[in-house]
Amino acid sequence: MTVSAEASTSAFTSARAGAMASAAPRPASAAAPDVPPALQIRELSFYYGRFQGLKNVSLDIARNKVTAFIGPSGCGKSTLLRTFNRMFDLYPGQRAEGEILFNGRNILDPKQDVNLLRAKVGMVFQKPTPFPMTIFENIAFGVRLYEKLPSARMEERVEWALRKAALWEEVKDKLGQSGLSLSGGQQQRLCIARMVAVKPEVLLLDEPTSALDPISTAKVEELVNELKSDYTIAIVTHNMQQAARISDYTAYMYLGELIEFGKTDEIFIKPKKKATEDYITGRFG
Amino acid sequence: MDRGIYFRRKLVNSLGLTLSAASMCAGLVGLTWILWTLFYNGLAAFGSDFFFASTPAPGSAGGGLANAIVGSLMMVGFATLVATPIGILAGIYLAEFGAKSKFAAVTRFVTDIMLSAPSIVIGLFVYAIAVATLKHFSGWAGSLALSLIAIPVVVRTTENMLNLVPSSLREAAFALGAPRWKVSLAITLKAVRGGVITGVLLAVARIIGETAPLLFTALNNQFFSTDMSRPMANLPVVIYNFAMSPYEDWQQLAWGGAALIALIVLGINILARVLFRSKVQA
Repeated sequence: MTVSAEASTSAFTSARAGAMASAAPRPASAAAPDVPPALQIRELSFYYGRFQGLKNVSLDIARNKVTAFIGPSGCGKSTLLRTFNRMFDLYPGQRAEGEILFNGRNILDPKQDVNLLRAKVGMVFQKPTPFPMTIFENIAFGVRLYEKLPSARMEERVEWALRKAALWEEVKDKLGQSGLSLSGGQQQRLCIARMVAVKPEVLLLDEPTSALDPISTAKVEELVNELKSDYTIAIVTHNMQQAARISDYTAYMYLGELIEFGKTDEIFIKPKKKATEDYITGRFG
Repeated sequence: MDRGIYFRRKLVNSLGLTLSAASMCAGLVGLTWILWTLFYNGLAAFGSDFFFASTPAPGSAGGGLANAIVGSLMMVGFATLVATPIGILAGIYLAEFGAKSKFAAVTRFVTDIMLSAPSIVIGLFVYAIAVATLKHFSGWAGSLALSLIAIPVVVRTTENMLNLVPSSLREAAFALGAPRWKVSLAITLKAVRGGVITGVLLAVARIIGETAPLLFTALNNQFFSTDMSRPMANLPVVIYNFAMSPYEDWQQLAWGGAALIALIVLGINILARVLFRSKVQA
């Protein structure tokens, strides 16, 4: 693994040198101008009690694209992701300032119904978290929260979600078994299926493969690639090769600040800032 | 130098091992002694009369503990029916809703006091509010006293079990847009249901042998009765009365009753362990 990591890093470095000549200044927003962004983050600051976890972050998350957040531990990338579905509301003492526009509405508005928001902005976590129930019920649980489906339609929906998550073939004969009986990689795809089943618009993936083996990781990455035609995806990852492989846009964060944001190719091949370049080429940390 | 350290560690290790093994043996000896005495004296009383005849009148021979067994089961049963939902819901409140609120902190403190309160105090309390005011002893009063002892046990085990649920599971349910009550009942409580049931069973095991709270509330009844509004026979009080009596066959029945309670508690504990283990594996 280390060898291939070094190889691809040096590949980036040499490619960067070649592309340097044609570098041109770009606007701060990386989103394509014709499609309105799925999420617009405006001057967002976040506080854990007195500690400021995010400092004045502004960026657009492009619709039906994959946006990756990279940076060293504690840089605020997970914190940022957790503001998009207001996960931080669960913990008193955590608060956000600024604006996050989702379909034109500021979701940080206290009047925003967080449960409805979370049904529209789904999230998958680092550790697979199957619910203590059958595979079928794991998926049906979320669907039942907002829809009353007759059982035939529910079965269709569960199959649809499991197919979306590329898990159907592996579990179709054991839908009645506990979700905990699956392997780690399968559990994570079950979590993705569960999230997709409630038909959200945005998928938030918080280091979804860091607890998985390489084969499961490859499957999840493949899945992300397929899902992006229907969903807007924001992913936090510690693995820079992963960000390079699967994302369209990349944001590099450090100490709660957004250092650089742009098209993934550009970030990895010709970053504008020295700090980004140092992190990507492994000269930092 | 290295050899010196090595031998010292070996010595300390064997010393610790010997001490802990000796303590374990001392504990086991006490336990087996109690159980052996209990079953040696008690099992002889087991017979069809023991389970199907009521307690004998003074001076008459024979008889059994049927009225006490049924009385105990009924009072413990009703106490469990009351204590289980209250205890579990209170436990959910403490773990899921009021985790850091002042009200929860006070509730937790009171529950801890209740857990260690002498059961005779609970008995006197119920006597004052339910027996002295109504002017007669009753099975209901006994059940009330037992449920007051069971509730804190259920509250604490439920809360402790729920606190074992990783916050990631809770967050995953919230991330689907589930409201808090749904997350608590359908996800977190379900994740630890084996542990919660274990807590209920341990509460049952605790109250089935309680004597003091029943002395002041259900009292006793020489006859077979399923009327909860009247004084009710029960195993602990019958054991207490008969063991103190001068008649040998009464003492025999007391031994039998004690062995029976021990067997029930043993059975409940084994069941709780099996349930808890199967839950941990799943």
